[in-house]
Amino acid sequence: MIVALAVLALAGIALPFLARHVGSRVFVAAAAVALGVFVHTLLLGPSVLAGGSTIPLERIEWIPQLQLTLDLRMDALSWLLALIVTGIGSLVLLYCGTYFSRTDPAVGRFAGVLIAFVGAMYGLVIADDVYLLFVMWEATSVFSYLLIGHYTNRRASRGAALEALITTTVGGLVMLVGLVILSVQVGSSSIPVILDETPSGPLTTTAVFLVLVGALSKSAIVPLHFWLPGAMAAPTPVSAYLHAAAMVKAGVFLIARFAPAFSDVPGWRITLVALGVATMLLGGWVALRQTDLKLLLAYGTVSQLGFLVVIAGYGTRDALLGAGALLLAHALFKSCLFLIVGIIDQQTGTRDLRMLSGLGRRMPVVAVVAALALASMAGIPPLFGFVAKEAVLHGLLVSGAPDAGAGDPVAIAAVIGIVLGSTLTVAYGLRFFWGAFATKPGAERTPIAERPSALSAVAPAVLAGASLVLGLVPQLAHVGIVEVAAAAPAADGAYDYELALWHGFGLELGLSVVTVVAGLGLFLIRARVEVVQAFLHSGMDASDAYWRTMSGVDRVANRVTTLTQRGSLPFYLSVILGVFVVGTTAALLAVRTWPSEIRLWDTPAQVAVGVVMIGAAIAATRAEKRFAALIVVGVTGFGMTALFAMGGAPDLAITQALVEVVTLIAFVLVLRRLPARLGDRHGSTRKVARAILGIAVGLVMAVIALVVSASRTAEPISLAWPTLARVIGHGANVVNVALVDLRAWDTLGELAVVIAAATGVASLLFLRGRIDALPRVPRADLERTVRERLERSSENDTTQRSAWILAGLTLDPRNRSILLEVVVRLIFHAVIVLSIYLLFAGHNLPGGGFAGGLVAGLALVARYLAGGRYELGAAAPFSAGALLGSGMLIAASYTFAPLLFGASAMTSTYVEGELWLLGEVEFVTSTIFDIGVYLIVVGLVLDVLRSLGAEVDRQGRGGGLTVGGDLDATPVGGAR
Amino acid sequence: MTINLTLVIVMAVLYACGIYLMLERSLTRVVLGFLLVGNATNLLIILMAGPTGIAPIVEDPAADPSQYTDPLPQALLLTAIVITFAVSAFMLALIYRSWRLANADDVSDDADDVALRERAESVLLEETSPDEATTEFLPDGLDVDPASLDEAQGRQGGERA
Repeated sequence: MIVALAVLALAGIALPFLARHVGSRVFVAAAAVALGVFVHTLLLGPSVLAGGSTIPLERIEWIPQLQLTLDLRMDALSWLLALIVTGIGSLVLLYCGTYFSRTDPAVGRFAGVLIAFVGAMYGLVIADDVYLLFVMWEATSVFSYLLIGHYTNRRASRGAALEALITTTVGGLVMLVGLVILSVQVGSSSIPVILDETPSGPLTTTAVFLVLVGALSKSAIVPLHFWLPGAMAAPTPVSAYLHAAAMVKAGVFLIARFAPAFSDVPGWRITLVALGVATMLLGGWVALRQTDLKLLLAYGTVSQLGFLVVIAGYGTRDALLGAGALLLAHALFKSCLFLIVGIIDQQTGTRDLRMLSGLGRRMPVVAVVAALALASMAGIPPLFGFVAKEAVLHGLLVSGAPDAGAGDPVAIAAVIGIVLGSTLTVAYGLRFFWGAFATKPGAERTPIAERPSALSAVAPAVLAGASLVLGLVPQLAHVGIVEVAAAAPAADGAYDYELALWHGFGLELGLSVVTVVAGLGLFLIRARVEVVQAFLHSGMDASDAYWRTMSGVDRVANRVTTLTQRGSLPFYLSVILGVFVVGTTAALLAVRTWPSEIRLWDTPAQVAVGVVMIGAAIAATRAEKRFAALIVVGVTGFGMTALFAMGGAPDLAITQALVEVVTLIAFVLVLRRLPARLGDRHGSTRKVARAILGIAVGLVMAVIALVVSASRTAEPISLAWPTLARVIGHGANVVNVALVDLRAWDTLGELAVVIAAATGVASLLFLRGRIDALPRVPRADLERTVRERLERSSENDTTQRSAWILAGLTLDPRNRSILLEVVVRLIFHAVIVLSIYLLFAGHNLPGGGFAGGLVAGLALVARYLAGGRYELGAAAPFSAGALLGSGMLIAASYTFAPLLFGASAMTSTYVEGELWLLGEVEFVTSTIFDIGVYLIVVGLVLDVLRSLGAEVDRQGRGGGLTVGGDLDATPVGGAR
Repeated sequence: MTINLTLVIVMAVLYACGIYLMLERSLTRVVLGFLLVGNATNLLIILMAGPTGIAPIVEDPAADPSQYTDPLPQALLLTAIVITFAVSAFMLALIYRSWRLANADDVSDDADDVALRERAESVLLEETSPDEATTEFLPDGLDVDPASLDEAQGRQGGERA
């Protein structure tokens, strides 16, 4: 069985590829595959029907961690369904070969999905585990969606596919809840175990009804029946297979599977009988009104599914015998009828019975086949439908439920419903035949495109023939179906009923005769029936309700979206901060841990710095001018520097001071392009609300600081750090050793963040690729010119004034500052040396890669400010990206290199030695990591300068303030 | 553990002012607010370090480790400072772009969201009409309108219940 399942799955994958070469002939291969599985299933028959230990059983672990197994078991019910699924599947696939155009590009997909559906359905009926059953169940829903939506360019097709998917999937999910409850109650997900244990109680009742919701949605039972007529947007072979023979039977299958164990659950019988009868009558009544042959069949199917649910749900032994027979009979005659509609539609281009006329004479074979199938549907001997209906009536009339016995009122009600429903069935069956084949007075003969090919009639003929053969020799069906019913409880002495054509004159036969006669009468007075139909028709149906619900959901979603998604940054921030304030306050109220002691300050100087910072922060909120606001914010930054310096954190003080300077410069570089005043457009709005929220956040943070510091009871791990730094990191500066050794992984991650931000800056400015190469003037030219100028430094002409830096002469003289140039020339190299010193000294003294990199970056800033972008290009003749990348490469190599020596990542070591001139030198390998840090920080500053400095200069030529002015057009000294 | 009240107050004020600025629409003010909040958060972390001591540079291996200012928050802060710079540089680049493109340095409401809000009541939903066609063999057409189909076929359209 697993092999068969795998073959079907593989066929689903392979057929689309095959179809590229052979076109619609691919269906022959597909039909052969399905036929193979059919034969395989048929051969399993003897061991299935022997029952007991010979029942084929296969178990494979699937996902052991979730206790999911591929347990397959084929008992009689599974066997019956598997034969229907694969047998009718192969016939329908064969029929598809003549149905689709030979060159239709979509046939490959269609064939693949259809055979995959066969696989899913096959898996569904032989699944022995509720979760496997559920997976297959939903798989059939998905494939059904794909098949209904086959005509992807038709809106009706897409909508119907979605409607079917949503309805059956929602039902399936409800069913899953029920299955989970049952399997938890029993402690096993195996279906036979659940049925054997038969738990009871309110929880079981709930679970069983949840499972029934799934079954009823799949089998299109009122009030979830509406998707099935909609699904007629599918190609007709799909309707014949999925929506007559296979998928819609899944619900009936599940009911028949559960009925022996659970039909005594309170409410089971009455619910299923009531819904089934309602469905049967509604479906039959609406079918009688249809003018589209396919829709007529669709509503007829709804009606018959109601019939099946009534009898399967009743759940006694004889009822199940009838249900099995009816299930088979319905699969045979209904798929046959759908295929005939397909032939008619294909030949005439319409399915409207008001337009069809005179087909019977010209398609005699098709008409005879249809007549046989319709006779089976109407329950006319000697067809199998008659046998099945006799068995159903017998099951309800003679052998009632074990607790009620014969004459159970539920059974009587069911019989009345079935007789009425069958009358409608006979009537719409006649209407179908008349509509499709009769020669109607006043209607012209429908043109036929071509004679139906003999091949396309094969499948319907086989199906109708099967109805006839099984009707004449019902014992063939009986041997299998009697085993289906064997599991169910039975009333006394009711085990002997057999499927047979002739049971003598009894109530069953009488009811059949009444049904046929009444149906005939209903057909004959069809004109009057139509009047009544039109009078009663409300124009409102369940499908409308579905679509109204769906658009209601859409509308609610829309409202919720517009309510929460305001598109306003202040709104979002306010919501986040509001939640933060409220949520944190609630948590803080519960904690109530306060510090044992509050110091006012560590040194009184902190108060002085603090007052300045507070003043600056408040001034920042009131500043109207950009630069003023920037400066006061900068003051708070330098205040931080002072606090760090006072608080025993020299590394932080150095870094903060350097960053503050670079930040100020970066701001100035951008803000020079913007108007001086802030908030011209919107001004400051909602000041009070913002102030309240700001103060609330500030207060909450203050309380957090108090509470958190009081909550700290354990020894800080950092007490061990000075020792660790010395022993592991071989350094005295604990903070630096932490960065490059003890906590180097953190630093590595943070470097990645820096690189991402730097790249982001560049990509916002350099839109068309990262044109990193700054305008370059050949260095030799510049040097020569500078030297010449310096030699003539006595000259007084300002335009020819000496240049102290390389690109000095590219500048507009008005923008030049000779003082700046001189200072930069004097200090640049010294600053670079200082930065390298900081880098290497950092291991034992304040400094390190971050500080060193920032110092080097500042040196570049100085060059840029003094000489503009040409000067920057001369000072840093490499791309910032290369710098960032090589820094990361060094850091990452340092990280992983120890792995090559069998040590764990980032293991550091050190070498000591005598070095000429410098004396004893100690080198710790983690310094290599710090070099990576250094390069990345320099790269970051360089990127900011190139983007916000040089590139903004270039883009903003001709207006505003430009560092170094602009003499691009006439560079001096050989610049191009 | 004791806590330094001065620094707590400074931190609270920096948070309050920073949040106040971040709720503005002017991007420049938002970035300045971001810097204030960044400084406030750095203060919070340094507060968690506990009492200040001497700089954590080990000169005497035998010295009592608790005499140093806690080095752990310092290591965190050092990278935080650099990252704050990197992110504010990115925000500056955003301001510049916004100015170049829209001549504005403020964040206005997202146009799509506003449009959605205005259309909320009359939004067009994908509704399907039931399949009115009574044949599957339609001429190749997209979303065939049954009326035009009838015309094309010269027949009367089917009626569906």
